[in-house]
Amino acid sequence: MEGDIVTMGAYLGAGLACLGMGGAAIGVGHVAGNYLAGALRNPSAAPGQTAFLFIGIAFAEALGIFSFLVALLLMFAV
Amino acid sequence: MESQVDELEAARESVGMPQLDFSTFPNQIFWLVVALVAIYLLLSRVALPRIGAVLAERRGAITNDIARAEMLKQQAEEAEAAYQKALTDARAEASRIIDKTKVDMQEQLDIALQKADAEIAARAAESERRLAEIRDSAAAAVEEVARDTAREVVSALGAKADGRSINAAVTAQLKGGAA
Amino acid sequence: MDQFIVTPLFGDDAVHWYTPTNVTLWMALTVFAVAGLLIYTTRGRAIVPSRGQSMAELSYGFIYKMVEDVAGRDAVRFFPYIMTLFMFILFANLLGLIPWAFTTTSHIAVTAVMALAVFLTVTLLGFILHGAGFLRLFWISSAPLPLRPVLALIEVISYFVRPVSHSIRLAGAMMAGHAVAKVFAGFAGALGVGAVIPIVAVTALYGLELLVAVIQAYVFTILTCVYLKDALHPHH
Repeated sequence: MEGDIVTMGAYLGAGLACLGMGGAAIGVGHVAGNYLAGALRNPSAAPGQTAFLFIGIAFAEALGIFSFLVALLLMFAV
Repeated sequence: MESQVDELEAARESVGMPQLDFSTFPNQIFWLVVALVAIYLLLSRVALPRIGAVLAERRGAITNDIARAEMLKQQAEEAEAAYQKALTDARAEASRIIDKTKVDMQEQLDIALQKADAEIAARAAESERRLAEIRDSAAAAVEEVARDTAREVVSALGAKADGRSINAAVTAQLKGGAA
Repeated sequence: MDQFIVTPLFGDDAVHWYTPTNVTLWMALTVFAVAGLLIYTTRGRAIVPSRGQSMAELSYGFIYKMVEDVAGRDAVRFFPYIMTLFMFILFANLLGLIPWAFTTTSHIAVTAVMALAVFLTVTLLGFILHGAGFLRLFWISSAPLPLRPVLALIEVISYFVRPVSHSIRLAGAMMAGHAVAKVFAGFAGALGVGAVIPIVAVTALYGLELLVAVIQAYVFTILTCVYLKDALHPHH
């Protein structure tokens, strides 16, 4: 196995960055779960709030994508 | 494993991330702007007005249809009301005719009864009159007979009696008898 | 990562700004697809719509209602722009899912131009409509006074992060999906006969990617509407 310590660090960092996606997954699950709980409590108000559901999911997911981006940058652009 | 790492290494060296290859950015941006302008022109000139018009037309058609259905329903209701009114009128007319006929018949009956009553009364009066006549004539006959008999009786008894006193006596006797 | 490389369509020259590349090809296909959905299917202008026409009408009504609900009634004049963005992103994402296709929206350059266009439009519009009053967007009058400078700082930072997250979200989601599909497909190649599991995984992933392609287009559009609402009504 070849390669220098920079490559190793980059790959390790990429792997660690992927942990961030777990956080994003928790966030998305939290948003969707709370939406569902609220929707079951008051189903008549649910359709008007789907837009906010998607906005919330988008924001939570964006941070996961940032971590993915960091991983990609470490893999290919460092 | 080794070959894969080598491959990745090679990719890293040669290309890096294609997304970060700045030499292609002007090309992408140029064609993106062309595509977006093309889509914008197509949408704003052709597609959106057309779809909007179709949707508006459909909404108008639906509103029209509903209005027409409403109108037809109203017409039907009006026709039903007119029919009901005609029916009520006819009933009223019929009962009026019945009442009038009853009254007429009553009147005619009354007239006929009156006429009959009058005729009966007249005939009864006539009968009574004739009865009285007969009775009078009978009474006169009885008086005559009584006078004649009295005269005969008086003459047979030899007494001379003038007719006038005999008449008066017979009359007084008859009246007293009758009374 | 080969699938993301920009290559000239003809010859092997360097990529100049005017060179017809695979970007050109797939963007042209996107334009044709949009025209096919919104123009070709509605050519009959039927009162009772065909399948294609009702899809065009559905997408029209969907975006129109989104603009009206999220950004307000007076944002309807921006409807064609938002519809353009939505249709372009939707079809670029979906066409990118065709095997051997080039996904134009997986490139930061493309999404950043769109996000920056939205950002600049919204900011300029806010200042044109409200003047300096647009800055009250960052001064949250409902918060306690001592907290307001802190909140203002946070709001300003989040305002300037908007175009970054706006663009990277779309590009990242597209890139990630395609990269993961590539990785699983690579497993299938390596496993030979036992490739059933990766193939099932790729199939499932493809379904997820279809969903993501539509949702990312939706999210990009709805965030545009949210930003537009901030510009039109900056008071919280």
